[in-house]
Amino acid sequence: MINTNPDTAIFNIQNTDQLTFNVIPLLHEVKHALNNLIENNDTTVIDLRSIPLASGEEDNILNILGQGEVHAQLNTLGPSQIIESQYSGVWIITHYNPDKEIISRFIEITTMPDILFSQKQDIPDSLEALTTTVSENLPVKPSSTEKQS
Amino acid sequence: MTEIEFLGWVRGTGFQLATVIFIAGVIIRLVEIVMLGRKANLAEPGGSEMRSGLRTIISRMIPDKSTFQRSSFTIVSGYIFHIGLFICIFLFAPHILVFKDITGLSWPSLPTPVVDAVTVVTIISLGSIMLHRYQNCVLKFLTNTEDILVWIVTLLPLVTGYIAFHRIGSSAPGLIALHILSVEILLVVFPFTKLMHTFTIFLSRWYNGAISGFRGVES
Amino acid sequence: MTDLRNGKDKTLGEILRSQGISRRSFLKFCAATASMMSISPALIPKIAHALENARRPSVIWLSFQECTGCTESLTRAHTTTIESLIFDSISLDYHHTLQAASGHAAEAAREAAMRENDGKYLLVVDGSIPLGNPGYSTIAGISNYDMLMETAKGAAAIIAVGTCATYGGLPHANPNPTGAVSLNEVIKDKPVINVPGCPPIPVVITGVLAHYLTFGSIPDLDHLGRPRAFYGNSIHDRCYRRPYYDKGLFAETFDDEGAKKGWCLYKLGCKGPTTYNACATTKWNDGTSFPIEAGHPCLGCSEPDFWDGGGFYKALSMPTENISKTAVYTATGALAAGVALGTMNQNKKNKAHDSHSKTTVSDLEK
Repeated sequence: MINTNPDTAIFNIQNTDQLTFNVIPLLHEVKHALNNLIENNDTTVIDLRSIPLASGEEDNILNILGQGEVHAQLNTLGPSQIIESQYSGVWIITHYNPDKEIISRFIEITTMPDILFSQKQDIPDSLEALTTTVSENLPVKPSSTEKQS
Repeated sequence: MTEIEFLGWVRGTGFQLATVIFIAGVIIRLVEIVMLGRKANLAEPGGSEMRSGLRTIISRMIPDKSTFQRSSFTIVSGYIFHIGLFICIFLFAPHILVFKDITGLSWPSLPTPVVDAVTVVTIISLGSIMLHRYQNCVLKFLTNTEDILVWIVTLLPLVTGYIAFHRIGSSAPGLIALHILSVEILLVVFPFTKLMHTFTIFLSRWYNGAISGFRGVES
Repeated sequence: MTDLRNGKDKTLGEILRSQGISRRSFLKFCAATASMMSISPALIPKIAHALENARRPSVIWLSFQECTGCTESLTRAHTTTIESLIFDSISLDYHHTLQAASGHAAEAAREAAMRENDGKYLLVVDGSIPLGNPGYSTIAGISNYDMLMETAKGAAAIIAVGTCATYGGLPHANPNPTGAVSLNEVIKDKPVINVPGCPPIPVVITGVLAHYLTFGSIPDLDHLGRPRAFYGNSIHDRCYRRPYYDKGLFAETFDDEGAKKGWCLYKLGCKGPTTYNACATTKWNDGTSFPIEAGHPCLGCSEPDFWDGGGFYKALSMPTENISKTAVYTATGALAAGVALGTMNQNKKNKAHDSHSKTTVSDLEK
């Protein structure tokens, strides 16, 4: 589940009970961004922290967007959740620190968030690592769950 | 001078100076007025001076019908801004702390948004009073520099207080310092202007009532 | 020595990768930094690109009249935080507390870093500079002032860390025996980025470094030279106890019902309303809490002269001097003066009355 508890979501800076009425305008912005993605193939990123929202309102936005088909978790400097909302092309990205506190949250309107791609910069290193592994002629043991020929 | 130094000054030396001028000015003026005394009236008293005097202090709170009809605007807005000033000065939590620090006395405060709203109403009523003053030719003729000065020094703490509370245009330390400074200006100007009516109003009302009481007529 | 040089020639991206930091981690760091510094998310790819290709910056850290609390604050994160990423990737060429070298070797390292990176190194300073007597604080026989001026000359940017370096801090507090001053008072030809706080929040330093490495410029600063992204809001405006202030619910003492219920600490001297810092949002100790959350009023440590602000436990609206005493003395004096003046007035009146002579018909006929 997405952490929206204002006590632990440290960057969820609005602690007021007062509604800001930013929910509908924000959803309109998402709508326009989606249109822009279709017509111009442009990606839009909205920083939820940059918009004043009462704690209940952020929940509200996330509930309206809902959860779609993709739910990915990164394990980098604490977990990150990348969720495609029920509206295809609208992603919700939440970064946590190792203490599972939210450090940033974005709505990304794109076909695929950049951070999900395997990063080109990391691939040469992985090639090198794999080459080393292979060249060391490690005895290949069949694993318990998967048969290998 | 940084704004924090400015704040330090108005909370320290500035406050001291203003207190000295205010208290000394008010007390000297009141003592002088009381000691002026009156010639002994040798006539036979027609009733109690004291009772009539005290009653008049209260009864003049309620304007009589014809006066009210003649200048209802002045009376109503006058009441609004005086009550508003009372609420803003005495029922805002940070202000009560000032009185507590000086006198040791404390009392409950009103919620901040209430005081905030009252401040706006008070500012509007003070503004409309000045407007009225200049629209009415008799009032305009009677208006002198002191009236304007007194109006400004009364309005300034309200406006600066409102701005400081909402932090409009600048950062908090400077705005709060400006607000305190505006109150200090009010305190300094106070004993030398008609703002003294805060205290003398009771003396003069009592005296008006006492004269009538002595003569045995209604005040 | 050659290895060190090679290390310096590497880009930040290469260094991070060699430390096993994946690019996704790095992207996450960039996103969080952009969010914290209120930079448009559209610029995240630009930040990532610039940081990745930035050369490892040389940093010279000078400590003057200080308590090392700032360094402690910056180095005591318990978890691998995003800010530690940046710290790990800079080349800290001189820092009293952290460097292994001492004595002449340490000074030689500073001189070498200045020479090799002339005009490119970052200068970080904590502590105030004593102007009263150069002997009050020296390093290797060099006065703080001389060392600062010498090192500042070739610096690309100067960051004053902590309240001592930004406003003079504790050494500057009344009566300021050493004549301590802030960086701003002696460095006039370059902008100084002020990161006040006693100690400052670690992430602010990283934010400033990241901003510098990305845009090659210093971030947007307020009138006190503080990065607006972090010092743009007062503690009071971002405080989770603010609703209690608005409702007029205050803790009157540290152990009353209000204190237990977590009501506003204004009456206990909280300086939140006049203090600009990010404590209420970024918090401390890896995001655990901040002073007000722990039940203690804000001391206002990121504002100038917070030591001399009239007492930590005196409410902000209260006068700092003993006004009751002033009031009583003034009232007594004024009463005496009023009576004296009143008596003079009476005498004058009596005299006028006595010297009054009646006008007679003969006077009028004159």
